[in-house]
Amino acid sequence: MKTKILLDKVLFDITLKRMAHQLIEVHNDFSETVIIGLQPRGIYLARRIQNELQGILKTNSILCGDLDITFHRDDFRKKELIPSRTNIDFVIEDKNVVLVDDVLFTGRTIRAGLDALIDFGRPRDIELMVLVDRRFSRNVPIQAKYTGITVDSISSQNVKVEWKETDGKDKVTLVDK
Amino acid sequence: MSSLSVNHLLGIKQLSKSDIELILSTAKNFKEVLNRPIKKVPSLRDITVANLFFENSTRTRLSFELAQKRLSADVVNFSASNSSVKKGETLVDTVNNILAMKVDILVMRHASPGAAIFLSRKVNAKIINAGDGAHEHPTQALLDAFSIQEKLGTLKGKKVVIVGDILHSRVALSNIFCLQKLGAEVKVCGPQTLIPKYISALGVAVEPDLRKALEWCDVANMLRIQLERQDIKYFPSLREYTMMYGLNKELLDSLSKKIIVMHPGPINRGVEITSDVADSKQSIILEQVENGVAVRMAVMFLLAGRQN
Repeated sequence: MKTKILLDKVLFDITLKRMAHQLIEVHNDFSETVIIGLQPRGIYLARRIQNELQGILKTNSILCGDLDITFHRDDFRKKELIPSRTNIDFVIEDKNVVLVDDVLFTGRTIRAGLDALIDFGRPRDIELMVLVDRRFSRNVPIQAKYTGITVDSISSQNVKVEWKETDGKDKVTLVDK
Repeated sequence: MSSLSVNHLLGIKQLSKSDIELILSTAKNFKEVLNRPIKKVPSLRDITVANLFFENSTRTRLSFELAQKRLSADVVNFSASNSSVKKGETLVDTVNNILAMKVDILVMRHASPGAAIFLSRKVNAKIINAGDGAHEHPTQALLDAFSIQEKLGTLKGKKVVIVGDILHSRVALSNIFCLQKLGAEVKVCGPQTLIPKYISALGVAVEPDLRKALEWCDVANMLRIQLERQDIKYFPSLREYTMMYGLNKELLDSLSKKIIVMHPGPINRGVEITSDVADSKQSIILEQVENGVAVRMAVMFLLAGRQN
């Protein structure tokens, strides 16, 4: 099994900081913007970005929620899925929503995420942020506005994102199956 | 533990502990969905469900139908009273005709014990038992377990007493299986005539005295006297039953701890439970109904998601 490191600890950190600054350029003080991470793995990026933003903006009032999309997936009869928690304890009506996930691959998860999100109200605007964009592999016309790193990969490869919170270290690797 | 071990929900007896746990944890997710502004998800939009009610029902039928609609399934309803069953069609024929119209899941209530199991052997569809005679009522047991778990955190080591007409109750049997599989201790309480002969074979103790039973338990599940199933007299009068086995506020308040009061409905106010108990803070009767929709959504979602 061949592996290639795409982001090590240092680059990982720089990438998160850069994405946070890109968000600030568009959303200023985040008074009209909320962050929503997609379960199960997008929530870590969402929380990290929330932390970065709160550090830079010296505030602790940036709203961040978790969204589970299991019930909205189009492939739930093709593989076994375990739902996770949805936790959005604020109103998204008329807000700018930054939807956050770790890897953008076929785009189907994001498609389901958009559907699931609309159940909570009508946001003014929805943007997509991902840590890793596996380009040229989309099944649906979806692109991210903020991207940590873009990789060229084939479907027999896996992008593995590890988080300090659950895996002990921050790292992104490309793995040949 | 991400998939059920069964193709049908025929009874709690056929489920494993991990099946029950999976249903309950999925139900928790659906309860969250039911509290959203838009209470609907598209999971079953390519699935058609037929609700076959050969016996009367309000709660279960409405609850199943709402659960199906909130999962975006297509629903057809059928009740025996205005159907060709009256013209002499057999159960298998009726069902096969419905299935010929491309139905994926059948929800069935029937007066004969074992009707769901019989059907599952004869026809090619997923079957959910919504009550078969005095045998099982699995979704009721699951929603009861869910409601207790929500209140007490866990069922392991908890003590539950089921009071009333155990003999004619499918709720009692399903509850006993479900609670025991989740590690709770179960006792039954009621007139000797309404306790099944072989109840001890299920590992269930009988406590004839209501006060003692209530002092022992954490949760009391008060069942309705099923007069429609009682072909002979099992006790002298309803009034006497109420005096010996009815739960009133005075009795509830005199207990040394605050127990949880449940009732599967429909309530006969003033018989097995008085109005002030049914409407008290200790009663979770309406929570049970609310949780019923989430639990039934979980059951259908998991069954539909099973690969054949």
